[in-house]
Amino acid sequence: MTDAEHIVKRYDEELARLRGLMTDMGGMVESQVAAACDAILLRDGDAAARAVELDPRVDAMEHEAEQFVIRMLALRQPMAQDLRQIVASLKMTGDLERIGDYAANVAKRSIVLKEFPAPYSLTGLAHMARLVQDQLKLIIDAIGENDMDKALQVWRGDTQIDEIYNALFRELITYMMEDARNITACTHLLFIAKNLERIGDHATNIAETVYYAITGAPLSDARPKGDTSAYAVVRRHD
Amino acid sequence: MSATLAAGPARDARVADQLSRRRRRASNMVKLLCLVATGIGLAFLALILATLLWLGVSGLSLTVFTRPTLPPGSGGGLLNAIVGSLIQTALGTAIGTPIGLMVGTYLSEYARGSTLGNVVRFVSDVLLSAPSILIGLFVYEVAVQPMGGFTGLAGSLALAVIVIPIVVRTTEDMLALIPVSLREAAVALGAPKWKSIVFVCYRAALDGIATGVLLAIARVAGETAPLLFTSLGNLNWSVSLGQPMASLPVTIYQYAGSAFDDWVQLAWVGALLITFGVLALNIVARVVLRKRT
Amino acid sequence: MSTTMNDSSERPAGAKAADGAPAPARIAINDLDFFYGSHKALTNINLAFPTRQVTGMIGPSGCGKSTLLRVLNRMYDLYPGQRATGQVMMDGVNIISPDIDLNQLRSRIGMVFQKPTPFPMTIYDNIAFGVKLHERLSKSAMDERVEWSLTRAALWGEVKDRLNGSAMGLSGGQQQRLCIARTIAVRPEVILLDEPTSALDPISTLKIEELIDELKRDFTIAIVTHNMQQAARCADQVAFFYLGEMVEAGSATQMFTTPRERRTQEYITGRFG
Repeated sequence: MTDAEHIVKRYDEELARLRGLMTDMGGMVESQVAAACDAILLRDGDAAARAVELDPRVDAMEHEAEQFVIRMLALRQPMAQDLRQIVASLKMTGDLERIGDYAANVAKRSIVLKEFPAPYSLTGLAHMARLVQDQLKLIIDAIGENDMDKALQVWRGDTQIDEIYNALFRELITYMMEDARNITACTHLLFIAKNLERIGDHATNIAETVYYAITGAPLSDARPKGDTSAYAVVRRHD
Repeated sequence: MSATLAAGPARDARVADQLSRRRRRASNMVKLLCLVATGIGLAFLALILATLLWLGVSGLSLTVFTRPTLPPGSGGGLLNAIVGSLIQTALGTAIGTPIGLMVGTYLSEYARGSTLGNVVRFVSDVLLSAPSILIGLFVYEVAVQPMGGFTGLAGSLALAVIVIPIVVRTTEDMLALIPVSLREAAVALGAPKWKSIVFVCYRAALDGIATGVLLAIARVAGETAPLLFTSLGNLNWSVSLGQPMASLPVTIYQYAGSAFDDWVQLAWVGALLITFGVLALNIVARVVLRKRT
Repeated sequence: MSTTMNDSSERPAGAKAADGAPAPARIAINDLDFFYGSHKALTNINLAFPTRQVTGMIGPSGCGKSTLLRVLNRMYDLYPGQRATGQVMMDGVNIISPDIDLNQLRSRIGMVFQKPTPFPMTIYDNIAFGVKLHERLSKSAMDERVEWSLTRAALWGEVKDRLNGSAMGLSGGQQQRLCIARTIAVRPEVILLDEPTSALDPISTLKIEELIDELKRDFTIAIVTHNMQQAARCADQVAFFYLGEMVEAGSATQMFTTPRERRTQEYITGRFG
């Protein structure tokens, strides 16, 4: 890595602008996720509306970043670290946009959930939501500061989210088995948990991308994978 | 003028206008001077050619080319002088050109920056500007004396000595103009140095070298002084290299100062022939060379 | 042919043939130093040129990349005061040793220059000139060779009706392809290209690049270029030179996406100085 400036100053300005676009978009997605979490945990209808409204703006921003990257590729013909950063930005906008989609989905489900009495404590989900938001914040800092250590931290932190998700999965299925009237609310909660887990995965993707952009080496050799819900079976207690 | 230096046309329009007019005046002045100088030069040239034509053409007749020089009043021509000039010029060029070519090649290709090269170049340049009568004297000493008399061969040798430095200079200059990349390209194909010189450099420099040779021919065709001491001139018909040989310049020299009107007339004709011969040679060479390239 | 060079363990990362096996080095430079008089222009160069691959040499002006190219065909021998020390091994022979037959060496290692240098003769003679230096061919065999080399240089179609016309009448791009044809007509094993497209327009440049891609099936190629994208497009292996040293060599992909050295990185991303 080098911090020396380009001979062409406009190039440096454009790279800075690209980085700015990424952190702006990240900030927007971050507040979208925060609003979505408030919507479920605090049963806040306004927050849900905010999260849903932010979605088209995130999409527009993704489009803007894409156009900017294409322009830079054509005009600057970037090499090495510049090439990696620019291509990484393109990938990261995709991840951020997906995170925004999941947040909007969570917000929409929260509106449905409000119609149901809370069947049980949401402590587990609240814990998961906080973890996911921490991860998201950290990874957006990593993008903004080009910080490899923070990216690594996010990458390693994903297992924890996966573990909570597995626990929630079993818990919600148990509720559903105990009382069939819980099925609607619990299914929504299950999807919400799944969406939060996916947000964590995308944060991990971004961490890998940031790591590659900085070092030029891939970080996918031993990706921590904690989601075992695909194999989870809950037996009826007789 | 404003104190700050900013980009843009913030200049004083009046000053700019004055400057522009002054520049145009100076430009026109210089142009005029050049035209006048050119005019003077051309006027002299035209005067010479006109005089030559005026006095020479009237004496031009077939007998000039068919009869040798004869005593005054007996209707002689210039045949022996013309043939003698042709022989001596051709032989002198034939001897001098290869030597000049090789020396020039040596200077340009082999002796760049070497002491011997610099000495040779200096000597050749001295020879180039040496008075031609000295060369005549030199050949008189080294050839005429030992051979026991004036001969056409000695005349040719004297002319060759004049040809050499001219060809040396033009060859060296022309070869020096060939880009290094062309030589390297030939060498990069595996050509030994001499092949890259002979097959590539000579070919690329052909125009210049040929021009040099033509210049040399033109110069020696009009030389009088070196021939006075070497081939002397011969009023009788002779094409033997072992005998004194006539030539146009020497004949002109002898006839022009004589008291006989028909000889003076013939001198003018001879001058006309040399001038237009050289001119024709130049034009033909140019046309031929242009067609080649 | 000797195999002594082929078991060199110091092979650049990019020296892989298409099947993944390491390509043997056609030329291997070991500990090469080069001097212009007392000025040291190259220091301790170690680089292998893999057989039938394109090695691109990049670096700022005066970094020694062209000098290195001129060592390979001993062009520096033309100029007194220039000398090289070290080893440049080809078939087990050190080609910078003084007892090498230079004309023969240059017939095995051809070179194309920055500016097109057609000889002032016909197109046909331009090609025949080099061939005649090394072989005695019948008229028909020579005709065949001329056609073969012009075809390989992607020029035959454009000049086949004017072989006896002057080569000086060709366009810049055509002249450069003629120079390439002239070089391959001698049937060398290695072709050195010294910024072959820097004097050409973009379309002619692309034609030459396409040609390089085609030629590497038969020849080992070394190309010096100032155009980074060109090195990225043409070369299998890329070496970066700076101030007379080889900073880094590797596969083109590695060099242009993840160079190891900071100086390489700064140069190829346009951060130099």
